[in-house]
Amino acid sequence: MTSEPFDPATRWELDPKVALRPEPFGALAYHYGTRRLTFLRSKLLADVVAGLGGYDSAGAAIEDRVPAPSRPAYERALASLARSEFIRAC
Amino acid sequence: MPVEKLTDQLKGGLDAPICLTWELTYGCNLACIHCLSSSGRRDPRELSTAEARAVIDELHDMQVFYVNIGGGEPTIRPDFYELIDYSVERGVGVKFSTNGSTITAARAARLAGSDYVDVQISIDGADEATNDAVRGRGSYAAARRAMDHLAAAGFGPFKISVVMTRQNIPQLDRFQELADGYGAQLRLTRLRPSGRGADTWAQLHPTQEQQVQLYRWLVDRPGVLTGDSFFHLSALGEPLPGLNLCGAGRVVCLIDPVGDVYACPFVLHPEFKAGSVRDPGGFTVLWRESELFTDLRRPTSAGACASCGSYDACQGGCMAAKFFTGLPLDGPDPECVMGHGEALLAGVPAGSAPAPGPGHSVPVTLSSRRR
Repeated sequence: MTSEPFDPATRWELDPKVALRPEPFGALAYHYGTRRLTFLRSKLLADVVAGLGGYDSAGAAIEDRVPAPSRPAYERALASLARSEFIRAC
Repeated sequence: MPVEKLTDQLKGGLDAPICLTWELTYGCNLACIHCLSSSGRRDPRELSTAEARAVIDELHDMQVFYVNIGGGEPTIRPDFYELIDYSVERGVGVKFSTNGSTITAARAARLAGSDYVDVQISIDGADEATNDAVRGRGSYAAARRAMDHLAAAGFGPFKISVVMTRQNIPQLDRFQELADGYGAQLRLTRLRPSGRGADTWAQLHPTQEQQVQLYRWLVDRPGVLTGDSFFHLSALGEPLPGLNLCGAGRVVCLIDPVGDVYACPFVLHPEFKAGSVRDPGGFTVLWRESELFTDLRRPTSAGACASCGSYDACQGGCMAAKFFTGLPLDGPDPECVMGHGEALLAGVPAGSAPAPGPGHSVPVTLSSRRR
């Protein structure tokens, strides 16, 4: 199985097989399908990821929640989560 | 984005463990000479089915993603399959370790039908002679039969779990071939001087040269699972994949068969016991508030390792390995790749290392129910 390349202009959501657990540093994400664990290293990133499906595009989710200077870093974080299949195109 | 390093945050502890080991029984039909938990006979105080289900409920409430079930041989508990089914039903995935003796074709087929159960079959040699010298006569054949059954049932990539010893490190490639032949995943872990391993560690633990060989082998194969076991080897160069820190009481802990909670699976000793799941408040309160775990989450000093340039890479190694070989906890690992541990070990008076914790070293006999 290969993941779809991340395009912030399209719609994304948390993979339904992924569970998020809030932690002091942000959240832990566990994928019950791939058995992979990853660290979402800020509460804001955890919020963006959890709320992703409610926006028309990943870019819109970032724009709505993340201050402008940090947006490129959040886009990179989402691209990485797309590669590891924690989020999926929808 | 946060400034604090992730490892520093993890050292401060999490709201729930990432990696929780639960030994369901001390009962085992084998008597491996390096058994971490000195397993053999069942303990009459073992958690009942109802108590075990209550623990699973707690893990669900704490959002523990999965639990590593071991023993002893966990499958000899009559309620084993009931408990793993209940765990999966409550959203707590199960990885269980077994010596394979009870994995019949029918059991393998049943396991293959379950999405959130991972199986680890333990062997400690790539051939019968090497394996059975550690795990006992017939154990290699039993493990291979279990692997055959899982493969035939279409279980998918089960895991083959090997404790690295002086005798089997020369067989690394053969373990990989064995795993590849089954479409299985290879998992290598570190030998600890814990349980019965305290008595055999000196003969079994890898030589310094073998440690270097193992490190290089692992660097070339990032897909091989290690349970973050070998972070002490990271002082040899680029870090191995994983968190590279001692997770005891911080991200890891152990629940033993009678419900006692220890800082990690390798320190079954009163000094590292946080309490019992039977205490008021249960596991949740122990994990979050016990004195021991609070203490383990405080910043530690590098101690005798402070002047070593590799401390950031190896973090001083494994607490359990130091403890059971009689070394101070704020100093080098007995297998320190710089040789600092070896030098210190030579100065530990014979018989002064702490004795292993609760022993249950009389194996149970697997009997068929003919009567």
